[in-house]
Amino acid sequence: MNEPTQNLKSVTRRHFFGECAVGIGALALNALLQQDGRAVPLKIDPANPLAAREPHFPAKAKRVIFLFMAGGPSQLDLFEEKPKLRELHGQPPPPSLLAGRRFAFLKGTETLLGSQRKFERVGECGMELSELLPQHRKIVDEVCWLRGLTTDVFNHGPAKLFMNTGFNAPGRPAMGAWATYGLGSQSRDLPGFVVLQSGPRGPRAGASLWSSGFLPTSYQGVPFRGNGDPILHLKSPPGVTRAAERDFYDTVAELNEARLDEVGDPEIMTRINAYEMAYRMQTSAPDLVDLSQESAETLEMYGVQAGQPSYATNCLLARRLVERGVRFVQLYHTDWDHHGDQANNLSGALEARCQEVDRASAALVMDLKQRGLLDDTLVIWGGEFGRTPMGEVRESIGRDHHIDAFTMWLAGGGVKPGFILGQTDELGFGVTEGKVHVHDLQATIMHLLGFDHQRLTYRFQGRDFRLTDVHGKLVHEMLA
Amino acid sequence: MTYRPIGIVALLLPLLVASSLPAAVPDEVRFNQHVRPILSNCFYCHGPDEKHREADLRLDTREGATAAAIVPGQPDESVLLDRVASHDESELMPPPASKRARLTAEQIATLRRWIEQGAEYEGHWAFLPLASDPPPAVKNQDWPHNPIDQFILARLEREGIAPSPEADEATLIRRVTLDLTGLLPTPKEVETFTREFAAQQEQAYAALVGRLLDSPHYGERWGRHWLDQARYADSNGYTIDSQRAMWPYRDWVIQALNDDQPFDQFTIEQLAGDLLPEATKKQIVASAFHRNTLINEEGGTDPEQFRHEAVVDRVNTTAAVWLGLTVGCAQCHTHKFDPITHREYYELFAFFNSTTDVNNKGATLGVAPGEMFGEQPETLPPLPEADEHFAQRKAQWERQQAEQRAASDSSQKPQWQPLTYIEFDTATGAGLKLLEDNSLLADGRGADNETYRVVAKTDLAQIAALRLRVLTHESLPKQGPGLAGNGNFVLTRLSLSAAGAEQPFASAWADHEQPKFAISGVFDDDPGTGWAINVGPGSTAKMNAGHQAVLVLEKSLAVDGPLEVKLFHELNDGYLVGRFALEASATIPPSPATIDDKLAAALTTPDDKRTPAQAKLVRDAFIAADPPSRAAQAKRDRAIAKSAALMVMKELDQPRETFVALRGDFLRPDKALGPLQPGGLSFVAPPLPAQAGRTRLDLARWLVHPENPLTPRVTMNRIWMRYFGRGLVETEEDFGSQGSQPTHPELLDWLAGELIRQGWSQKAMHRLIVSSSTYRQASKHRPELTESDPRNLLLARQERLRVEAEVVRDAALSASGLLDRAIGGPSVMPPQPAGVYSFTQNDKKWIAETGSSRFRRGLYTLFFRSAPYPLFTTFDAPDFQTVCTRRVRSNTPLQALTVANDEAFVEMAQGLAARVIGDIPTVDIEARLDRAFLLCLCRPPSERELAVLQGFYDRQLTDLAADGDRAAALLSTELKKSSTQAAAAALVLVCRAILNTDAFITRE
Repeated sequence: MNEPTQNLKSVTRRHFFGECAVGIGALALNALLQQDGRAVPLKIDPANPLAAREPHFPAKAKRVIFLFMAGGPSQLDLFEEKPKLRELHGQPPPPSLLAGRRFAFLKGTETLLGSQRKFERVGECGMELSELLPQHRKIVDEVCWLRGLTTDVFNHGPAKLFMNTGFNAPGRPAMGAWATYGLGSQSRDLPGFVVLQSGPRGPRAGASLWSSGFLPTSYQGVPFRGNGDPILHLKSPPGVTRAAERDFYDTVAELNEARLDEVGDPEIMTRINAYEMAYRMQTSAPDLVDLSQESAETLEMYGVQAGQPSYATNCLLARRLVERGVRFVQLYHTDWDHHGDQANNLSGALEARCQEVDRASAALVMDLKQRGLLDDTLVIWGGEFGRTPMGEVRESIGRDHHIDAFTMWLAGGGVKPGFILGQTDELGFGVTEGKVHVHDLQATIMHLLGFDHQRLTYRFQGRDFRLTDVHGKLVHEMLA
Repeated sequence: MTYRPIGIVALLLPLLVASSLPAAVPDEVRFNQHVRPILSNCFYCHGPDEKHREADLRLDTREGATAAAIVPGQPDESVLLDRVASHDESELMPPPASKRARLTAEQIATLRRWIEQGAEYEGHWAFLPLASDPPPAVKNQDWPHNPIDQFILARLEREGIAPSPEADEATLIRRVTLDLTGLLPTPKEVETFTREFAAQQEQAYAALVGRLLDSPHYGERWGRHWLDQARYADSNGYTIDSQRAMWPYRDWVIQALNDDQPFDQFTIEQLAGDLLPEATKKQIVASAFHRNTLINEEGGTDPEQFRHEAVVDRVNTTAAVWLGLTVGCAQCHTHKFDPITHREYYELFAFFNSTTDVNNKGATLGVAPGEMFGEQPETLPPLPEADEHFAQRKAQWERQQAEQRAASDSSQKPQWQPLTYIEFDTATGAGLKLLEDNSLLADGRGADNETYRVVAKTDLAQIAALRLRVLTHESLPKQGPGLAGNGNFVLTRLSLSAAGAEQPFASAWADHEQPKFAISGVFDDDPGTGWAINVGPGSTAKMNAGHQAVLVLEKSLAVDGPLEVKLFHELNDGYLVGRFALEASATIPPSPATIDDKLAAALTTPDDKRTPAQAKLVRDAFIAADPPSRAAQAKRDRAIAKSAALMVMKELDQPRETFVALRGDFLRPDKALGPLQPGGLSFVAPPLPAQAGRTRLDLARWLVHPENPLTPRVTMNRIWMRYFGRGLVETEEDFGSQGSQPTHPELLDWLAGELIRQGWSQKAMHRLIVSSSTYRQASKHRPELTESDPRNLLLARQERLRVEAEVVRDAALSASGLLDRAIGGPSVMPPQPAGVYSFTQNDKKWIAETGSSRFRRGLYTLFFRSAPYPLFTTFDAPDFQTVCTRRVRSNTPLQALTVANDEAFVEMAQGLAARVIGDIPTVDIEARLDRAFLLCLCRPPSERELAVLQGFYDRQLTDLAADGDRAAALLSTELKKSSTQAAAAALVLVCRAILNTDAFITRE
């Protein structure tokens, strides 16, 4: 059986749906349906591949904002109070805990590193939060805390791909691509999957993190830029006024309509729609980034400084994007890779990262709540892995990549608020209960969006692919 | 509401168009046609994968099925039928929990009849030998131009459908020119063709096709298709994604296609050119096909892991490109649907598992620009051997080495004495601080290219060698020992003077050297060379650690007063030594043991008895030690650097052992099963010859063996796909049991056979296809066929196809006349919007070309995998992380914004306007619109199009005439010379509109 959505060219399908389905016996349809017998592809209107669609079952989350902390924040200095680790500070780790584990940089001679940070139990849920995240106290009971995350790969690029695409090599669709493939978008004027970025450099693995993989490219993430035009080529050429531009788009549309009448190819209709959307984006995108429309209180709440690209600005933009119907917004904030180098350490560098994200992350949750958007907007916070209980000796003592236990949080969109899932051993090496593998998290996010992760598949090179590869279990405990 | 994601259309299409599928139970049931599509649902649990086989039952073989589930001829005795029709959910197959739909009454009836008729199995169609059905007879004998048309027409006639008329000549020339060269025809070419076509249709068209196949741009066009499959890119991939120089391979592809190298040879050279006996340079270049794999340069990676990934990619790419098979599943377990076992996967793997590259550059080959096109590379500066005294000096040096060795063998171990520093300072007076352990620490506050000066004394009466120790310190970046951000340094020169006389060094060695930054660089006269200590990927050495270098004086120095040592840092700002100590020895120290043993062995071997490797070792050691030779070699090396060091395939002397990787994990080799020998896929004919030590060459020959049915089928199917937008097998990447059936199986086999019969000539195949009536049909949609053949599977018309990303650019360049038609060479950087790299880890240097290179074809644009040229991504070019056999065609608003507003396209609209004005100097808008249409679409505008554009032009002209600034802003420098600026500016807008039409970026 062919996969019709692989080739958007076959637009006669639309025509077919409109006029030809009538008269096909239900029996014959059923026969073929059952003959195929595997997960069946979505029906996509090729003229409007981002048209909003209903999921498998009613969704709790209608949109997602994923705050990606690229580099791997230290859960042991932010979310995990470990008195025993402090007690054994400087001693070699028990060999039993090291057996079978692989690390990127550690040599095997490193000793345990207790956190220098003060922790406090806060909120009704009693989550332990370090002093580095004071603003997070305000949302501690809005958030579902996952302390038992595990992943499979310990280098940045592959691990980021794994978190985003369910697979550790490039080529698969990102979560945001799956979401827009499954649900379409509610925005007429903006792309369905938008990527924002802050920090001194881009995340490792680049565009493959928001790739549509083998899905049609309509679903790929559109990276907005921090400076200049938020979308490439939004600005009309020099000398072209808005009125001239309207005239230009109308002229192109008329030429295309003339050709459509001549050759009858419905793909031309799609092109006409795409140009109309392009024209609208030339207006809607600048309006989107015009933060002068926000009140001083709001700017203060997020910590936005006018005209300064920052994580805070991106959080506010994320809210404005989902307000406009964008389905999936992903923020990357880089440089959480605190090995203990001059620029990447657990002292000044970690403090700076926390200051950059603490206020705005909390503000985003509170702002969505006060606007009534939190109920059906899922906010996700976390990186590609955590950091080791052992210190890594560089210029200062830092921590290496750790894949066997790390922390993330989710808020809104149908997750249980003020809930802590997952417990690690007393040194933070492994998960003792409430383990959530990356594929489980992905399965649960898909569930919140209204999809059975096993059934939202796409046939490519002879196989039905899905976000969770061949793994993943829904984590029921996380659901509200 | 609950939505059931049902692809109704996908499910119904075969019913509507493929009469081979049964609407009811066929009289004579054929396994492949009727039964396999039903039974393949069962293979997931009852198929080839024995680890997941349920109830020990397999239904993919007759033997397995008749052992338990099926009794041939006796449906009532066959348990299979009971289970698929059961009303008991616990009995029912497929089990409801599998989420596979239950079989329909028709399907069950089909199975029943098949069992009645004896339950005969057939192999999967794609694995069977090529059928040799002659082209069928057709009623309309006027229509076919060649056998292709008989196959297509016979089927259409069966369905009672007439083919479409031939496309008009404008469409024909634009279509075939785009298809064969990826460019637009010039107005002159259009006019000539139109004239000749009116007189002698067939001859005119044949001449056109012949001219296009002879064009060097043919190799570029079809080379681009091939490069997709080769996952060609100009960067290493993953996170660091540094630039690499693979362009000689691209040159090779272009030239091989232009030469119409037979596809079997084309295959052999790319998979195993390096292994051919007496391999030519070109053949070794061809082997770079499999060096297009990624290299992970991220710190802390395990090189073996990414070497394994690269080999996996080579296996998967080979299977995808030549066999049309997805073997990747078998990396972790035996394939669920196709008969590829876990073991066979690693037998294929074994072919690729013994090359020298380990997540690094590995073997390279210097290739100069133009060399692949037969140009002689520029004459290189001579080798050091050209010096008439070379041999004499070398012999003398060898004797000296022997003496030194004798001296050191007689256990005169060097006694390193620390120097006592009397004075130490730097050129700018910044600090050098003496530490307690007699080392000197720099504070880095001086100049970026600081020179350190140390005056010291020693108790030794004479010194033969100096030792420089560079040391770590907590104050240094990453603990040093250098002051650069990563702890590195580049020491470009070290001098030792006594009483004002500089003492020349004869040789030097260091315990660790950064590639291309050898210690010998500190005592040559070239400030562009020096000693540095970073580590390449895969190296076990450590940069941020103490290191030492020993410099041996040409002549021992009798000490008589203080010594002056200077450390120079003339390269890379801030790459200074951070902490160091100096020591001297009265005796000549032995070379480090590692070099010592091999070199000593070589040196003690008489000149004429040395192996080539030994001779090279001695030569290189001498050149490093001999300043004139070193200078000559450096000059030559610099000239060579203009060439590319192309990564090529090279086998290890001793092959690596290959094991099955359990669950695909390279850390879990299945040692119990033991090492595997390289092997092919048992179900693909012919069997590989039984022999030990099979190589990639055997694999390549097996792939193009005339009895191998997959390679020619897959190849012809992909060629077909480029012309009709879809292969005869739509799932061109999956010829396995889960792929789609061919729409015209006899035609596919005939084409595959024809490829072999025509000596694997691809040009012959192109000529055959583009000459067919099928290809030459109009692409106009036919409303009467939307019901019976909505997807045009029967090809009663051509397809309109949006051109690929690169061709979007190339078409606009050729219409505007800006195109730089140069063929081949290194990649170029056309202008691109600022900030493309803000999303990548490492900022990439992008310096937009200013000359005509700005207007090179798309396939020459430098391609970074982590941040591709935006136009390409927007128009669906893949990122070349893995093999791409078919691109998607999306149609998005970002594409609209690109063609409308990208600086490059605005420039092309201006170029087009300038070209039109040049052709039609009088301000006659109708003539100019005619010309612009001819340039872009090879035809005049229709009355309606003319009216639309004329209206647009008039409105804009009025506005622009009133606003000179706006007009000027729209004009290029060239257009500003125009006497009628407003008219020129309005024409730019009109040209922009034409370039933005659907028709312009579509091959109709």
